[in-house]
Amino acid sequence: MKTFTTLYAQLDGTTKTSDKVRALVEYFATADPADAAWAIALLIGRKPRQAVASPRLREWAAAESGISDWLFQESYDAVGDVAETIALLLPRPERSSDLTLSRWIEERLLPLAKLDDDQKRLAVVDAWRQLDHEQRFLWNKLLSGGFRVGVSRQLVIRALAAHGNIEPAAVAHRLMGDWTPTPAFFQSLLVRDETDTSSSRPYPFFLAHAIDQPPAALGPRDAWQAEWKWDGIRCQLIRRQGQTYLWTRGEELVTERYPELVSAAECLPDGLVLDGEILPIKNGQVGPFSQLQRRIGRKSVPKSILSEIPVVLFAYDLLEASGQDMRLDPLALRRGKLERLVKELGARHPAVAERIRLSPVVEAETWEQLQAAWRGSRAQQAEGLMLKDRGKAYGVGRERGAWWKWKVAPLTIDAVLTAARRGSGKRASLYTDYTFGVWHNGALVTIAQAYSGLTDQEIRQVDAFIRRNMVEKFGPVRTVKPELVFELAFEGLNRSSRHRSGVAVRFPRIVRIRTDKQAHDADSLETLKALLPPIEAHTPDRASKKPATSD
Amino acid sequence: MTAASEPLLTRTDHGLYCAQGDFFVDPWRAVDQAVITHAHADHLAWGCRRYLASRECLPIARRRLQPGAEVGHLEYGQTIDIGGVKISLHPAGHIRGSAQVRLERSGQVWVVSGDYKIEPDPTCTPFEPVRCHVFISECTFGLPIYRWPEPIQVFQEILAWWQSNQQAGRASLLLGYSLGKAQRLLAGLAATSGSAEGANLPGPIYIHGAIEPLNDAYREGGFVLPHTRRVAEAEKGTDWSRALILAPPSAHGTPWTRRLGAHSTAQASGWMRIRGTRRRRAIDRGFVLSDHVDWPGLLSAIDATAAETVLLTHGYTAAVVRWLQEQGRDAHALATRYQGEHDDAEELIPALDVQPKPDNQLHGDSASPAGKVT
Repeated sequence: MKTFTTLYAQLDGTTKTSDKVRALVEYFATADPADAAWAIALLIGRKPRQAVASPRLREWAAAESGISDWLFQESYDAVGDVAETIALLLPRPERSSDLTLSRWIEERLLPLAKLDDDQKRLAVVDAWRQLDHEQRFLWNKLLSGGFRVGVSRQLVIRALAAHGNIEPAAVAHRLMGDWTPTPAFFQSLLVRDETDTSSSRPYPFFLAHAIDQPPAALGPRDAWQAEWKWDGIRCQLIRRQGQTYLWTRGEELVTERYPELVSAAECLPDGLVLDGEILPIKNGQVGPFSQLQRRIGRKSVPKSILSEIPVVLFAYDLLEASGQDMRLDPLALRRGKLERLVKELGARHPAVAERIRLSPVVEAETWEQLQAAWRGSRAQQAEGLMLKDRGKAYGVGRERGAWWKWKVAPLTIDAVLTAARRGSGKRASLYTDYTFGVWHNGALVTIAQAYSGLTDQEIRQVDAFIRRNMVEKFGPVRTVKPELVFELAFEGLNRSSRHRSGVAVRFPRIVRIRTDKQAHDADSLETLKALLPPIEAHTPDRASKKPATSD
Repeated sequence: MTAASEPLLTRTDHGLYCAQGDFFVDPWRAVDQAVITHAHADHLAWGCRRYLASRECLPIARRRLQPGAEVGHLEYGQTIDIGGVKISLHPAGHIRGSAQVRLERSGQVWVVSGDYKIEPDPTCTPFEPVRCHVFISECTFGLPIYRWPEPIQVFQEILAWWQSNQQAGRASLLLGYSLGKAQRLLAGLAATSGSAEGANLPGPIYIHGAIEPLNDAYREGGFVLPHTRRVAEAEKGTDWSRALILAPPSAHGTPWTRRLGAHSTAQASGWMRIRGTRRRRAIDRGFVLSDHVDWPGLLSAIDATAAETVLLTHGYTAAVVRWLQEQGRDAHALATRYQGEHDDAEELIPALDVQPKPDNQLHGDSASPAGKVT
């Protein structure tokens, strides 16, 4: 584990990507292949599941360190990270260990799952006694399932490609889908020959950048295909060798969660990969993301949910047809094939065509007309438009220039800071997790918690304000004199019986601090409620609601 | 608590006051007579009529006080009598000239620790425990997560970091307080590389202008520091890639650092024990080197005083008080305005300009720190 600890320190100790790639290449060149395979898995976020519940770890660490629970809690408040707090509190190790990373994981970590708490405790404490501070930190991170490091998947791919002298795209593809971190897997990543593909393996998703210029600056209108930017689950549907696989962008295999899509996919030709969006649909109307959330966490889907929240796949790209990788073809060609495919499907299996649809192209002759359509995005349950260069291939990762997302402005509201708690990790000793309220009958009702959106300097200013203006203490939460007003943005609003305000906000974030406003200038709950969508979706009037489409 | 019936020190608006001798220990505002533990700004108020400090502290205090300030001095262990109170100063090991203040009257002994540490530090006389009835201790790092590594090991890490930067062709910018930390770093790095004069250091050392007068004060007091040059005096076109540049934490991220070209930034501080502190400040490398006592040191220092009552000032006061009480000690918090070691350059952060509201201003006043930071 020592070489991996060194790698971790190098990656953690710099913000420069070139330094990170250099450290990774050096590691891949010298590490044992079994270790390297695990290192890749950990670096790209395929960490082993939590082996020990956090409260147990805290309890055992406090006992091993000879301190009481409250002092552990005080220490944790100062550090903001359980794994690090434990590493800092434990007495010095009695011995050292030369066990490799893969053996630590395979022989020590994974077997914990089968042990009872007493046996786990013995194993965990035994590990602590032979690991140094840095190793303990990583070990604790692995135990708690919380391992992460500031390296993107793209950097790992770059380093592997540089190390093996192969195309990054080939590495990216091999890292997709199902695999186990074995020495053989590590070696297979670096093979020059590119004719390997396991049948379940998805392609790397191509991602869009947020547009940072007026769309008209992109050039001729007809060079760009416009589609709705859906607020659903980005997904690849794979149909190979008579099997169907559904992969999310987070690389989660979710096939069993959408049985209606799987049965529809049986009618698809073999050797096919679609890129699209899973969306809830009812009476022909796309529903909000909040409906989909009720299906996301479920491993099995009861009939009631299937009939209550049916989903469809809105396909917008064709990545593989007749077993051929189509990604290098220009979008216009891929789109043409996709449209023909969906049309044929509709002709032969009309019921299936209800489940697997074509995500429409938004037609508009000029940029001005397109902008008018864009303004109506919310009525389509879309977040805006996607603009895709008709002449470009389907790329890997987030490349600039070929795909742009053009989101409509989020909803914003002015709310008052009412409470705060300390952050974790990088923000451990600062109050960075804020609770906000809006006015209702003369009192502030909590409507959102938000963490992101401030600069480091603003975070410290707000932290100083909070420290000066604390009112009460509820566990880690401090209530604050309601004086600071923040402009909050969010992606959507829904009615909620679980929130006291009656409103659930989606993806709230801080736009700016409104030092120009006093608390009583903040918005009211009534203002917020006015932004809610109408109570019951109107009986769909298909003719008028249906987006302008190309077919 | 017998000591409480006739306290030798009480907390006033101006600081810790000894009524019997009519003097203050480390006052926060200008007073008539001030006995000071050391020359960091939160312990050394400007404008007092008379100061009393250790002899080692003298050259430093003079540079930090108004010209012509009257500063008396004592050798460590030497006793004088003011108004029937016997006063003596004892080494605190915090920075050069730092002292614990021992007060004795009618058989009662009180000791004010000021800031202190137990670890070896060539720039100052080592900490000496002083037996007393009431011990007023700092607890900047009063949590068990704070345990310092051996300083020699830290200096070796710093030298290795410097050398690896040289190999990578980038300068080494090391941040540490101008007074105390900077000199300890200079002396420690020189000694660790094998020569107190710095003959064996991997390359030249440059210092920020804020550090220079304090280096001079140390040298004036007879302490040997390796040769340093001011960054401002470097010729145009200086190749910084072999150099170590020592600067106060407030220089981090300022335009001043641009002249160094490609560089790695490190900070030497006790707060670097916590990963989040380093990352929040966007420091490439953190070295755990503190001039304050760590958790085991704090507990052993308190034990060594055999004090009946322990009063805890700046730091994790509540946690230390509770821990000591659980161990059966008579321990209490004592609110002061000392700040200990700041974890970052907060003095650079302008306060958030909230809509002025009179009642709000009042609330913050008595509890907030004085705002002056070394």
